[in-house]
Amino acid sequence: MKLEMGHIFINDIQFGEVSKIENGVLYVAEEAVREIVLEDEKIKSVSFDIARPGESVRITPVKDVIEPRCKVEGKGGIFPGVIAKVDTVGSGKTYALKGMAVVTAGKIVGFQEGIIDMTGLGAQYTPFSKLNNFVMVCEPVDGIKPHDYEKAVRLAGFRVACYLGELSRDLTPDETKVYETYGIMEGKEKYPDLPRVAYVQMLQSQGLLHDTYVYGVDAKKIVPTIMHPTEVMDGAIVSGNCVSACDKNPTYVHLNNPVVHDLFEEHGKTINFVCHIITNENVYLADKMRSSDWTAKLCRFLDLDAVIVSQEGFGNPDTDLIMNTKKIEAEGVKTVIITDEYAGRDGKSQSLADSDPSADAVVTGGNANQLITLPKLDKVIGTLDYVNVIAGASDHTLQEDGSLVVELQVLTGATNETGFNLLSAR
Amino acid sequence: MDKRFIIITNNTMVRDEFEGKYQVEYEDLSYEDTLKKVRDRVQEGYKLLTHPLSGSVKPNETPYKSVMISAHPEKLDFQSLDIIERAIHSCGKFAFRSDKYRPEVYEDFRTIDFTLISSAIPSTDFLK
Repeated sequence: MKLEMGHIFINDIQFGEVSKIENGVLYVAEEAVREIVLEDEKIKSVSFDIARPGESVRITPVKDVIEPRCKVEGKGGIFPGVIAKVDTVGSGKTYALKGMAVVTAGKIVGFQEGIIDMTGLGAQYTPFSKLNNFVMVCEPVDGIKPHDYEKAVRLAGFRVACYLGELSRDLTPDETKVYETYGIMEGKEKYPDLPRVAYVQMLQSQGLLHDTYVYGVDAKKIVPTIMHPTEVMDGAIVSGNCVSACDKNPTYVHLNNPVVHDLFEEHGKTINFVCHIITNENVYLADKMRSSDWTAKLCRFLDLDAVIVSQEGFGNPDTDLIMNTKKIEAEGVKTVIITDEYAGRDGKSQSLADSDPSADAVVTGGNANQLITLPKLDKVIGTLDYVNVIAGASDHTLQEDGSLVVELQVLTGATNETGFNLLSAR
Repeated sequence: MDKRFIIITNNTMVRDEFEGKYQVEYEDLSYEDTLKKVRDRVQEGYKLLTHPLSGSVKPNETPYKSVMISAHPEKLDFQSLDIIERAIHSCGKFAFRSDKYRPEVYEDFRTIDFTLISSAIPSTDFLK
């Protein structure tokens, strides 16, 4: 399967009379996007704002981050089974608006997390500080249940992202990249001497506020399966997850999954990137066993030499991570796992809730309990109402000078377990 | 009443929604003490059916926990014991602040715990 990705660079976003992209500037007609958001009667009102890199702006509580895309050629449309009709995506031609995102925000639950700072120390930790962000803060109708509110905001974000992505349909991309993987036999003939490597992605799937959707299917209801690695670039996987800000995968991360992209970089050079295997992280223990059994079985069935395994979230998914690793290694397939750590504020506690000697190649996204001080910023998009009660905060979070003392886990994407973050070590 | 499993909980929403439908053992305990109650059962031979840790909401962030265990004790299940011991251990890593919220936040935490345990119910279809 072959996908050509056309990148349209967006250097700035401005409100305008008519929505359009001109000379790298995205102009958004506020009334047009308002109409799209308010299509859903569960949303009472919406306010829009623009946050640019370097501005003294804090966005909170963030729900999702989405990159606008447009399907120009090939089967299906963006976000199949959710916005576009169900059809296998990942081939043909797709345009993406690079350098920008749609950010949805709203008080879904009373402890809603997620901060994006556009400047200062916080901006160094959240990867989304580098983007021009079109922020939509959605207010629900009175008396709405949290799961209805979550769904309404989730879908409104996708509708707006698709509307903005469509503006690029007739443009010429600033840059084009081609991604291609092959059938099992074809790949083996093409790269007979290269190690066969796949990506095992674990998807958060634990009920309200912790869900992920694959072609519109709730991931807790899937058994592990195989995808072409380009399918995610057309939005085959979307986030319905709005807690655990630091280590959840917003839809932006699914679209731009760095493990997929890095494996493509080496594809045909040092490895044969065979496929993308997806599995879930359910609450029920027998589900965990079945899914990890199947994941290991697929790895063996595909005659893989090695896999990269990425986790999403923390807590009981640590058990899925270790089950996957143990069983895949037992099939003779080497693993490298990507996780993050809750090692206490001093970093001295055990990092994961589970472990095994076979998990001996581990990449960490960082310690989510690490304490940092975020400076007071001039403008808040959303609300600071909840900042004292979100995970990683405390009664003393909001200081007298307006600064915030928090754990890293409050920042959206700070310890992302696909490596889509900015932390590193030397 | 469906008697194929027991739900141990400190969440009134789980008690109120499931009472009469499933075997629910409610007690007004802390998060950690609820896990310890589950551990005691595991030591008696009950098997864990759901993982005692949440997926993203941290121990001590939420005061509520519901865990599904088998209906009858058998011989000690070491995997269940390992999982519950590790879960209790992980409570110590998080600053306790689940007594500091406004009333509506507790309602949201009860809802999250309720939906988490509810998400396991369809998986019990073939449980004997």
